[in-house]
Amino acid sequence: MSDSYYGRPVIKEPTWTWEIPIYLFTGGLGGGSAVLSAAARLAGNERLAKTSLYLGAAGDVVSAPLLIADLGRPERFLNMLRVFKVTSPMSVGSWVLFVSGGASSTAAVLETLDRLRPVKYLAELVSALFGGPLATYTGALLANTSVPVWHEGRHELPWLFGASGTATAGAAAALLLPPEEAGPARRLAIGCAAAELAAMEVMQHRVGRLLAEPYRKGLSGQLTRASKLCVAAGAGLLAWKGRQSRSAAVGGSTLVLAGEMLLRWGVFKAGFASAREPKYTVLPQRQRRDSNR
Amino acid sequence: MSVPDGWLAYGDEQQERVGFFTDTSVCIGCKACEVACKEWNLVPEDGLVFTGESYDNTSTLGANSWRHVAFIEQEKPLRLDDEDGEPLRWLMSSDVCKHCTHAACLDVCPTGSLFRTEFGTVVVQEDICNGCGYCVPACPFGVLDKRHIPSLPATTTRVSGSEPQASERPDGRVWKCTLCYDRLKGGHEPACAKACPTDSIQFGPLDELRARADARLEKLQQENWNGVQLYGRDPDDGVGGFGAFFLLLDEPEVYGLPPDPVVTTRDLPGLWAQTALAAGAVVLGVVASFLGGRR
Repeated sequence: MSDSYYGRPVIKEPTWTWEIPIYLFTGGLGGGSAVLSAAARLAGNERLAKTSLYLGAAGDVVSAPLLIADLGRPERFLNMLRVFKVTSPMSVGSWVLFVSGGASSTAAVLETLDRLRPVKYLAELVSALFGGPLATYTGALLANTSVPVWHEGRHELPWLFGASGTATAGAAAALLLPPEEAGPARRLAIGCAAAELAAMEVMQHRVGRLLAEPYRKGLSGQLTRASKLCVAAGAGLLAWKGRQSRSAAVGGSTLVLAGEMLLRWGVFKAGFASAREPKYTVLPQRQRRDSNR
Repeated sequence: MSVPDGWLAYGDEQQERVGFFTDTSVCIGCKACEVACKEWNLVPEDGLVFTGESYDNTSTLGANSWRHVAFIEQEKPLRLDDEDGEPLRWLMSSDVCKHCTHAACLDVCPTGSLFRTEFGTVVVQEDICNGCGYCVPACPFGVLDKRHIPSLPATTTRVSGSEPQASERPDGRVWKCTLCYDRLKGGHEPACAKACPTDSIQFGPLDELRARADARLEKLQQENWNGVQLYGRDPDDGVGGFGAFFLLLDEPEVYGLPPDPVVTTRDLPGLWAQTALAAGAVVLGVVASFLGGRR
């Protein structure tokens, strides 16, 4: 009992609801697709460029209402653009999404209309430049809190989410394109799925046995395990048959997408679990304090 | 380390930094602070529950509880030289927002709603807050929370002619202790300190409070009080010292307080570096995926 006050949490759980893990997924899709689309444009793979441009714009366009819906006062969403604060990943992220999403949706509209090509290329360039940050800042967003598993995972979370977002972008494009056009997208999905699985392992190892518990136990543990299974199976299927068979490419891509969505939910729920239990806050801090005494 | 970020920007309007010293050794658990705070700040009711946890039915700080008196029953002697009878003591402590020198809530607020006042305290501007909730998990003490829109059962009867309670109006914003910013502006002490009958809650210039706390600690140590310690007094701690600090009679975690709080943004420069590197890696990964041809 002396470890806590009637077992009550020391810190507050986040107030964020279901919109946020879905946004983590759609934002990752938007950021990764923007970069993939621009690279495909430069490589002369127009079909992939177009598909990823639409996918990225869709990810960005869905992200904004999700974030706004999660606000306690949605009608005040514009207050996000009242200031720019580098001490707040949410402030930085709002601007990144605003710029990247604005650019990608502009480019997508111009692509459909087939007009103002120079403006479209400029918009694609802007969207691609902000795509990487859009895919990775969400790691900083979660890590920059007092939530133990998020804060202690701060060295890996931007990498984990960056890899996840890029794998999402690759898998989404490989899902929609025939294999003969989807080579880069498929390889991106396979490579980044592997990188994401590796980042997760490193993070779980580095936070220590106590703080890795939420990734093993309870709902967050189940989500994390399911995510690993889906991502590994999907990437494996893509690597094995994705080049030859359309149905294998569709199946593998779907599994990777499902796995990356589960990953976002797993990390999200693990944060809540670690905030709820006082031991995750108290024990590491007590160790630190006692070693400094 | 120990100057609050943003406070110096006030120039001529800057006031002496003020805060609380809560000396829990004289707290009698009357909860006058909780009541005075609610009355003055029009803080809505927070649920009428019976927890069975000693005399504490407030349980925790939150959007609707800006002072919280903790009650801990212990089979420990009050003084280390107590030898007669079975040891028993009852610890009481009035918790409050710490008004950190380096405040995570203020750092992470994306709208600029949270700000540093001319008194060095931290306040939410409710006309700006859009309820994003980022400050809630950022606070290392779990002080802030979102005030939810309560669903009023259709059968609820209201005394005719009475004003609707604050809790019945739509909200969704984040609320916390303002250290009675309005009272400070008028030259008054905060409501909780004013109401405290034992001066367990002491309000004043922070430097003065620190000196007073040091003297009090020395006295209680000489009198062999069990577990006596200052919490949040040190300007070199992880949040640069609290604007509202405490004299406790056991480890902070016993009171539900974090043993070694650190402002989360202390690690942000490294975190941004990782984020930038990872963003670069995203681009490299995408470029690399084009090395193998179209199929």
